[in-house]
Amino acid sequence: MTTSTQSAELLAATTLLRFATAGSVDDGKSTLVGRLLHDSKSVLTDQLEAVEHASRNRGQEAPDLALLTDGLRAEREQGITIDVAYRYFATPRRRFILADTPGHVQYTRNMVTGASTAELAVVLVDARNGVVEQTRRHAAVAALLRVPHVVLAVNKMDLVDYAEPVFAAIAEEFTAYAASLGVPEITTIPISALAGDNVVEPSAHMDWYGGPTVLEHLETVPVSHDLTGCHARFPVQYVIRPQTAEHPDYRGYAGQIAAGVFRVGEPVTVLPSGRTSTIAGIDLLGDSVDIAWAPQSVTLRLADDIDVSRGDLIAPVGDAPAVTQDVEATVCHVADQPLTVGRRVLLKHTTRTVKAIVKDIPSRLTLDDLSQHPAPGQLVANDIGRVVVRTAEPLALDAYADSRRTGSFLLIDPADGTTLSAGMAGASFAAAEEPPAADDDAEWDF
Amino acid sequence: MTTVATVSEDTGYPYALSHLDSLESEAVHIFREVAGEFERPVILFSGGKDSILMLHLALKAFAPAPVPFALLHVDTGHNFPEVLEYRDRTVAEHGLRLHVASVQEYIDAGKLRERPDGTRNPLQTVPLTEAIQQHRFDAVFGGGRRDEEKARAKERVFSLRDEFSQWDPRRQRPELWQLYNGRHAPGEHVRVFPISNWTELDVWQYIQRERIELPAIYFAHEREVFNRSGMWLTAGDWGGPKEHESTETRQVRYRTVGDMSCTGAVDSDATTLDAVITEIAASRLTERGATRADDKMSEAAMEDRKREGYF
Repeated sequence: MTTSTQSAELLAATTLLRFATAGSVDDGKSTLVGRLLHDSKSVLTDQLEAVEHASRNRGQEAPDLALLTDGLRAEREQGITIDVAYRYFATPRRRFILADTPGHVQYTRNMVTGASTAELAVVLVDARNGVVEQTRRHAAVAALLRVPHVVLAVNKMDLVDYAEPVFAAIAEEFTAYAASLGVPEITTIPISALAGDNVVEPSAHMDWYGGPTVLEHLETVPVSHDLTGCHARFPVQYVIRPQTAEHPDYRGYAGQIAAGVFRVGEPVTVLPSGRTSTIAGIDLLGDSVDIAWAPQSVTLRLADDIDVSRGDLIAPVGDAPAVTQDVEATVCHVADQPLTVGRRVLLKHTTRTVKAIVKDIPSRLTLDDLSQHPAPGQLVANDIGRVVVRTAEPLALDAYADSRRTGSFLLIDPADGTTLSAGMAGASFAAAEEPPAADDDAEWDF
Repeated sequence: MTTVATVSEDTGYPYALSHLDSLESEAVHIFREVAGEFERPVILFSGGKDSILMLHLALKAFAPAPVPFALLHVDTGHNFPEVLEYRDRTVAEHGLRLHVASVQEYIDAGKLRERPDGTRNPLQTVPLTEAIQQHRFDAVFGGGRRDEEKARAKERVFSLRDEFSQWDPRRQRPELWQLYNGRHAPGEHVRVFPISNWTELDVWQYIQRERIELPAIYFAHEREVFNRSGMWLTAGDWGGPKEHESTETRQVRYRTVGDMSCTGAVDSDATTLDAVITEIAASRLTERGATRADDKMSEAAMEDRKREGYF
C-alpha cells in the first residue's frame, strides 16, 4: 500500500523480492523493519493508531514499531519475537515479502525457515560492537542456505559519529568472513535505523558513502538470473486426466518448474524409472506455450504414454541427476525431540515422501567458528550437523549447491508428523571442505 | 496470459516473472500439493473476493480437468443476497459440489445463542468445525492473507489443526522452502492458505488482469445504511438499525464481504475495477481496519478466534 502519488506507478508490472532480516536482539532490527515500512509508507493509519494505542497502554511514550510485527499475545506480553513474521510492502519498482526472523540463538531454526525462501538476507550489526559471534552465525546460516545476496547493514552509525573508518573495518572483516563461507554477493551499507540514515533516504551525515540505501538496493538487486545454464528440473505433483468428452485423451503432468527452462520438443528422462520421451506440449495454466521456466507452475505433456506419477522427476536427457538411496547432507534440526543415529524417519524431497533411516551423524557444526565437532551422537533443536541417511526408495537428488529446490528435503517423524530437520544434500559450504578427522591421536584407543 | 506477456520488460532479465505471476505460480503449486497428498479437501467459499480468487486459481491449476474439491460455505444467515446469488450461479457454472453449514440452523436448534451485539462472525466457528468433522475433510482451504491481520501474519501456509480445529501458534511446524508438511493424525486436519502472500492490492490487480467477475456489492452503488461505531452498516432484517440509529442513502462499496452485522461499507465513487484499484492504492486504512467490527473487539481478537477454530 502506498500514497496516492505513487498509486498510478504501482499499477505497472513489478517483480517480487523475498528477503529475510537477521540480527541480534539489540541490533535494532525491529527499528530497521519499522523504518522500512514506515518510510516506504507501508504502515497504514489504522495500524499505526493501533500500535500507538497499545504503546500508550504499556506506558511507552513513543509508538513501539515492533508491535506491528509481533502478532501473538505471547510475543506482545514478553516483548520478544518468537516466530517468523511475514510483512508485505511495495514501492513503485518492486513488491517485497519480508521474513522477519527472531535474532536469538535459540531461534536459529527460525532464521533457517526465513532464509530458505529468501533471495536476500540483511544481517544487522551494531557499529559499536562490530562483527560478533551472532553476526558470524547469521552469515553462516545465510551461506548454508545459499541465499544469493547478503547485505551487511552496519547500524547505529549515529553513535560512532558517522565515522568512515569504523564502518570500513567492520565491512572488511565481514566481507572476508562471508566470502570464505562462499556467500556469492555481499553489499555493505552504513545506516542509522533510528535516525533514518541510508535506510530509505540517503544520509546527510555520511558523504563518504557512495553506495545505495537499503531500500534502493532491495529495489534493484536482480531476482532472477540467466536460467539457461541451470539444470532443468520438474518434480511431478499431480497427474491431470479430465477423461471428459472434450478432452478424452488428455494426460498432463502438473508441477512447478524447480529449476531451469523446458521447451516443447525437448527429449526428457523420467526419474527414478529412467524412461525417456519428448515434451509434446506445455500448458501454462490453461494456455499453450513453447517455453517455460522456474518457478512457473505448468503442465507438461509427453509424446509417449509412459508411466509417470506424483513424486517422479522430469529432467532433460543427458542432464538428469543421479539416483541414489544414500543421502549425505547437512541438516538443521528444528524439532524439540533429538535426531539420533538409527532413527526411522520419513524423508520428503520435492513431491516424493519415502521411508528412511538415519545411518550416521558424522559431525555437528559449531557455527561460531565453523569447526566440526565429530560424532555428536545426536542433534538437538537448532543444531546444524552432517548426516547420512539411507532411503527405502531411490531419490533423484541434486546437490543443494546446484539447486536449492531439488537439493533440499525434510525429515519427518512418521509417528506424529513433526518436521524434524531441514536437509541440504551435498557439501555444506561452497568451500566444500570435508569435516576434519577427529583429533583423537592424543587419546588412548583402548 | 501468454508467456511473452508475463515477462517484465523493465527488469532486463529475460526470465523474470511479474509479482502477480510469482504469486499465482505459488498458489497453484499449493493447490496441487493438496490434491496430491490429501483424501478429502474442501475450499471455504463465502462469495467474497478472496474465495472467488481461490476458486479461480483452483480452476487454472487443474485445467482442463474440473476442480477436484468441493466447496463449503459457512452461511451466517446474514449474507448479502447478491453474494448468495453469485455463489449459486458459480457453483452451477463450474459443476461444483457445495456444502452449506448454517449458523441460523444452529441458533434455531438452540446449539448457539445470538450475541447481544448481533454480530454473527464469531458464531461461525462451531458450524465450521462440526462440518469439517462430519464430512471428514482433511484439508480445508481458506482465503486468509497474512497482510490482513497480525495474528494471520504468523500463520503457516499449511496450518495443522487438532481434532477440535484449534490453532496453537506456539506449536507450528517450521515451513521450509516449498516443502509443505501435511502429515496429520485421523481426526486432525490442515488449514491451507494458498494466497497467504497476497496483499489486498495484489488480489484486486489479479482480478483485473484475469477479468474475474465479482458480486456487485464490491462496486459503488446507492445503499440504505446507518452508522454504528463509526461504520456504515446495511439496514436490513438482520437487526439494524436500532431505535436510536437512523438510516440514510449513501453511495458506498464493500472492501470485504462478511456477515452483514459486522461488515462496513466505505463511501466510494468507484464503479469499475480501475477505479477500485486507484481508491485502494490511495487508501490510508487497511481493509479490516476500515470495514470489520469483529476485529476491533480486542488486540488479540483474531488470534483468540483462530485458536478456537476460526479460519
